[in-house]
Amino acid sequence: MTVIHDNLEATEAKMRARDVNVYYGDKQAIDSVSIDIPQKYVTAFIGPSGCGKSTFLRSLNRMNDTIASARVEGTIELDGEDIYKSGMDVVQLRARVGMVFQKPNPFPKSIYDNIAYGPKIHGFAEDKDDLDAIVERSLVRAGLWNEVKDRLADSGTALSGGQQQRLCIARAIAVDPEVILMDEPCSALDPIATAKIEELIDDLAGRYAIVIVTHSMQQAARVSQRTAFFHLGKVVEYGRTSDIFTNPLEERTKDYITGRYG
Amino acid sequence: MSPAILFLLALGLALAGWLAARARAWSFRTAEPGVRMAARPTYHAWYVALWIALPMLLFGVLWTILAPNLVNQAVLASPEAASLPAFGFQRDTILSEARNVASGASSAVFNPKAQALVEPFREAMTRYAWIGIAVSLVLAFLGGAWSFLKLKPDFRARTRVERIVMAILLLASLIAVLTTIGIVVSLVFETIRFFGMVNPLDFLFGLHWGPDPMSSAENPDSSRYGAVPLFWGTIFIGAIIAMIVAIPLGLMSAIYLTQYAAPSMRRWVKPALEILAGVPTVVYGYFAALTIAPSIRDIALFFGASNPSSESALAAGLVMGVMIIPFVSSMADDSIAAVPSAMRDGSLAMGATKSETIRKVLVPAALPGIVAGVMLAVSRAIGETMIVVMAASTAANLSANPLEAMTTVTVQIVAMLTGEGSFDHPATLSAFALGFVLFLVTLALNFIALRVVKRFREAYD
Repeated sequence: MTVIHDNLEATEAKMRARDVNVYYGDKQAIDSVSIDIPQKYVTAFIGPSGCGKSTFLRSLNRMNDTIASARVEGTIELDGEDIYKSGMDVVQLRARVGMVFQKPNPFPKSIYDNIAYGPKIHGFAEDKDDLDAIVERSLVRAGLWNEVKDRLADSGTALSGGQQQRLCIARAIAVDPEVILMDEPCSALDPIATAKIEELIDDLAGRYAIVIVTHSMQQAARVSQRTAFFHLGKVVEYGRTSDIFTNPLEERTKDYITGRYG
Repeated sequence: MSPAILFLLALGLALAGWLAARARAWSFRTAEPGVRMAARPTYHAWYVALWIALPMLLFGVLWTILAPNLVNQAVLASPEAASLPAFGFQRDTILSEARNVASGASSAVFNPKAQALVEPFREAMTRYAWIGIAVSLVLAFLGGAWSFLKLKPDFRARTRVERIVMAILLLASLIAVLTTIGIVVSLVFETIRFFGMVNPLDFLFGLHWGPDPMSSAENPDSSRYGAVPLFWGTIFIGAIIAMIVAIPLGLMSAIYLTQYAAPSMRRWVKPALEILAGVPTVVYGYFAALTIAPSIRDIALFFGASNPSSESALAAGLVMGVMIIPFVSSMADDSIAAVPSAMRDGSLAMGATKSETIRKVLVPAALPGIVAGVMLAVSRAIGETMIVVMAASTAANLSANPLEAMTTVTVQIVAMLTGEGSFDHPATLSAFALGFVLFLVTLALNFIALRVVKRFREAYD
């Protein structure tokens, strides 16, 4: 049902979803989605509002568990291991598959404690020096170090929106994840802050598998190498970003990217 | 003139004015079809009705306050009053007896002197009643006529009516505020009188509390008015023992209810907890005095305490703590629920467990609200009387042993005011000084709590 372009080079799949259905109570939000998330690439999910792209994203690190009525069927594998199998340690899974949310959500703690939170709960740091190093490394990678290095004790909520979002990315990086899920990370930000985040995504791409949900097709085109077009809970088309935007095989994809609906 | 009759009269006249004004407003339209009215006829009607009823009612209130004095003066000026004894107390008794007979509240007098005054009283009362009715009718008429004459098609009756309604609402809120101020002022006056007799420093820092209402009022022994044992008892029972019970239990129940309980569970546990807040404190008092205090004594005996008291600070504090749980729990519940779910998701998405998320993110973020709840609970606890009266005795005792009998500020206020003492005696007046201190402390606690809550609201909105 899903049109998957056949010119994709054979890459190692970091995550693999097969026949995934997600229900909220009786309502089906995701309808037999089967796609691969490649290693070291940025994969974009695009589609109109309510098409299920965020729902699918949240099922990749089982954040849907926090919604009582949500139910997931099918298999989602991380490095070949089904993350929905019984006995799966959700805490370990989420440490490996980090997430950045639509609205920046720093904890009402200091900048330092925001970053140190994850390493502390997972016991990554042996001592204070270790922790300092992790905090610095994460902030450097998130491109925030120079802006905040002199005020690490300030509250994370006192930063600007763009800085908050980069703080959240730094926080996700600090637990050394393998996959980073981003749920419309720029939708609450101004164009300059957005550009910074996109630059950051580019920098991070070689190191992690990144999945980004976005409403902005320009953004998908700028930052991603793979694009999946979601519509009514299904993946309509999946392929190289350049192909999806210049040469879509499906009529619905073409209609969406040319702005006919959505 | 009974207030009820005046009230009905005002309503009737206002209704008449209402109908007349509405008819008049309608007549503008029939007289000149197509005229643009500045307000609907109903507003004209209300405008006139309010102008009739309000002056009457305001005068009525004023008159019910003033008339008895005027009646008294008239009676005292009468020739029958010449034979009254000069001494104030006897005189007042005779006067009130005569007044009661004249108004029909009692049927006969004991004192023959009062009999002579019944007739002048009756006369004066009737006279002033008629004056009252006459004046209020004149006022109603003036108000009605004045407002009725203002009715015109372009008269903006709606704005006027709304302004009057606003003034009424303002008055209502002022009454509450003024009453509070009045209470505080009267408290301050009595407190100043007390401090005129007893050195404030002895009161605030003295370690011995034992006012003797039978001692001479002229030369009180300041050293018997040391309130520190009372302050200590209040803090020990209300802020220490009760909070040791209420804070952990309240907080844990709030965490359970917001984070772990299934919705169906929450639906009945939360209201059940809130019912606890509605139980009259006397009932808690029974429970403390009849069940908890004796069992605490028995347990103390079991562990070898010699001659433990059957009234103890521990019993009062424990029961008070249980009483306070709903306050702490519902404030904590609200503030934990107010932490944006993005915080929780953010923490969970980092691989934090549920309990780590609660301990390290939710509770710290909700802390200002929780602290405010605790402060409100403390101010409620130290103002609490019934439980301590029933379970913790009236003996002032400066001790850190929770098994001993202790007393609190509120209990002593009750004890000082319910005695035989006169209001000139420092022992009685000390109740006002204690009340004033308590008022200041609870005011400060509430003030701080509200400030904290306000800051907390700003953080997330």
